[in-house]
Amino acid sequence: MSLLEVEDLEVYYETEQGPAQAVDGVSFELEEGENLGIVGESGCGKTTLAKSIIGILPDAGYINAGSINFKGDDLTEMNGAQRRRLKWEEISMIAQSAMNSLDPVYTIREQIVEAIETHRPGTGRVESNEIVTEMFELVGLDPERADDYPHQFSGGMRQRAMIAMSLALDPSLVLADEPTTALDVIMQDQILKRISQIQDEINSSMLVITHDVSVVAETCDRVIVMYAGQIAEEGPVEDIFNNPYHPYSIGLKRAFPNIRMENQDLLSIAGYPPELIDPPEGCRFAERCPMATDRCREEVPSEHEMGDLRTYCHYAEDIDQELRPYADDPETWENTVAAKNAGAQAGDD
Amino acid sequence: MSKTDDDVILHVDDLKKHFKVDEGWIASLLQSVTGDDPDYVHAVDGVSFDLKRGETLGLAGESGCGKTTTGMSLVKLHEPTDGDIHYNNKRLSEASDEEIKEFRQNAQMIFQDPFESLNPRMTVYDIVAEPLRVHDIRNETARVQRALEFAELMPAEHYFDQYPHELSGGQRQRVAIARALVLDPDFIVADEPVSMLDVSLRAGVLSLLDRMTEEFGLSVVYISHDLSLLRHMCDRLAIMYMGKIVEKGPTDQIIENPQHPYTQALINAVPVPDPDVGRERVELQGEVGDVIDVPTGCRFKDRCPKYIGDVCDQVVPPLEAKSDTGADQDIACHLFESAEGYDPYAELDGGRAENATAANDGSESAPADD
Repeated sequence: MSLLEVEDLEVYYETEQGPAQAVDGVSFELEEGENLGIVGESGCGKTTLAKSIIGILPDAGYINAGSINFKGDDLTEMNGAQRRRLKWEEISMIAQSAMNSLDPVYTIREQIVEAIETHRPGTGRVESNEIVTEMFELVGLDPERADDYPHQFSGGMRQRAMIAMSLALDPSLVLADEPTTALDVIMQDQILKRISQIQDEINSSMLVITHDVSVVAETCDRVIVMYAGQIAEEGPVEDIFNNPYHPYSIGLKRAFPNIRMENQDLLSIAGYPPELIDPPEGCRFAERCPMATDRCREEVPSEHEMGDLRTYCHYAEDIDQELRPYADDPETWENTVAAKNAGAQAGDD
Repeated sequence: MSKTDDDVILHVDDLKKHFKVDEGWIASLLQSVTGDDPDYVHAVDGVSFDLKRGETLGLAGESGCGKTTTGMSLVKLHEPTDGDIHYNNKRLSEASDEEIKEFRQNAQMIFQDPFESLNPRMTVYDIVAEPLRVHDIRNETARVQRALEFAELMPAEHYFDQYPHELSGGQRQRVAIARALVLDPDFIVADEPVSMLDVSLRAGVLSLLDRMTEEFGLSVVYISHDLSLLRHMCDRLAIMYMGKIVEKGPTDQIIENPQHPYTQALINAVPVPDPDVGRERVELQGEVGDVIDVPTGCRFKDRCPKYIGDVCDQVVPPLEAKSDTGADQDIACHLFESAEGYDPYAELDGGRAENATAANDGSESAPADD
């Protein structure tokens, strides 16, 4: 049994125009000790997915269908009290903005001790303080500074304090939502290093949610590429980077500048993700895909197993033979429907 | 020093911008009573470089290193505290009102956040036309149309009556670019132009900025903390730390062969989107130092893994060509020998001599131990 099994999950947001299908039929498994990355653009549903797992969806959001099995129990069927018990103890979260996630009027120690004592009544102060010291050392903070207030910490230190707090109760699953996005290069590097180190030292599983493919490349074993509420491709991180089959994975990777490469021709994916209130029929990426055919616009792609990868593209099998070099060429991407729409409009005047 | 090189559009000479801390009247009152000197943040503290015609220069560094303040000073959104900017060989501090107006027409800026840099109450047309009205330039509609079309907002008329909130982030940044281009400027300062945009859209805006330099021969100063992006966009790079440039030179040379310990740490810290590439990590200790009470000598000394003692402590390393490194690469670090024969140790010795005199007066001098 996997630690986490998400099955056909549908998470919708109530809007005036009808429900927006933020997460639409997502299934995946996360093994114990595994580090899984979820990448995609804003609005692809990655944060909604994380929020459904930890149980902090905003009021307008609801789980329409599907299940989230954590250690065999379905989280979607639990009541508030049951879920609260799991929070921090079993599933914890490292939020994007540590600044807003720490309470400014309590010291860091008080906040961590509070979490420990709420979940484990009867834990003595001495024991709680030992945990604080241990966690501070784990994330590379001086334990003597545990009695500081959040404002006395720099951005990077606050993020480390957040990580310390999320690990204090030894959870089985840690969700990291854009853990380094608000940080500077050097701080980002130190946090990434800590995360990798922690992954080696403890046996928690980690779910890393980010738009930055380089963060995933450095911290994850497996990665899910999401697009418009659905999984486009999933598999081991090396395979997704070296031999992706989904045109969106290829495009996304080539849209990122790499500091180690000279004269890169960056690729631009013209257009925008579709409206999720009334999503297009067929493949949701079709409008922005250079290889899309009529079939793509009509028929929802099914799952294709390509080695260790699982790819949702009708032409996954053909990519290897002829389409990969074609998809890897930025010029190809000027031929998508979305790109042509921009061009056609230009021709009108 | 006045340059008469025609290729140089902007010559920045020892630019400084300091901001007073506690500017409120209570603080001023207290200061006038106590007689304390006010504190200053040394945001930019002696920056010099040339921007050549048609060149793209990247300014990189951590938050708070002074890159944005430098950029804003370049387009005169800040008055420099000291130092000067020469535009087409003319000192801006001595320029007439007329010349300043001409400069303002030719110096444009693109800001980081297209959600905040566009007035939400103005239509796209008015936003782009506003600079033309300020500078009293005719042929408004045709120019606005051309600018929007260049920014790939087509058909332009379709956008005329739209408000910023109706546009996506990428489209907004294109409006900001159209607005910057509508006056046919000589140079543009782009401050983190794509950091607020989604990855798939970044390349589109970047290629637009690329075309801008190619088709108009514009010079551009890119400000960013993202070195992967700067490598992609820039001909030359300048790395800043605590208000000073620590290293500058051709982009590929700086990225592939960084010499200053700070540049090395910065470049090594950039994550690589490739799981097969392992990075060598140089973990910097500590945090960026105090920019109010700036340390003596090299500002990087407390975090520097290659600290070599008194000379780093006491002598400010000048940004200069070094004898043992690549051509055109200037480094502000005592580890390297000056190409022009400057000897920081001479200053150190001078300092010791003074100390010795002071010691004779009864105080302890620092032991000279190296």
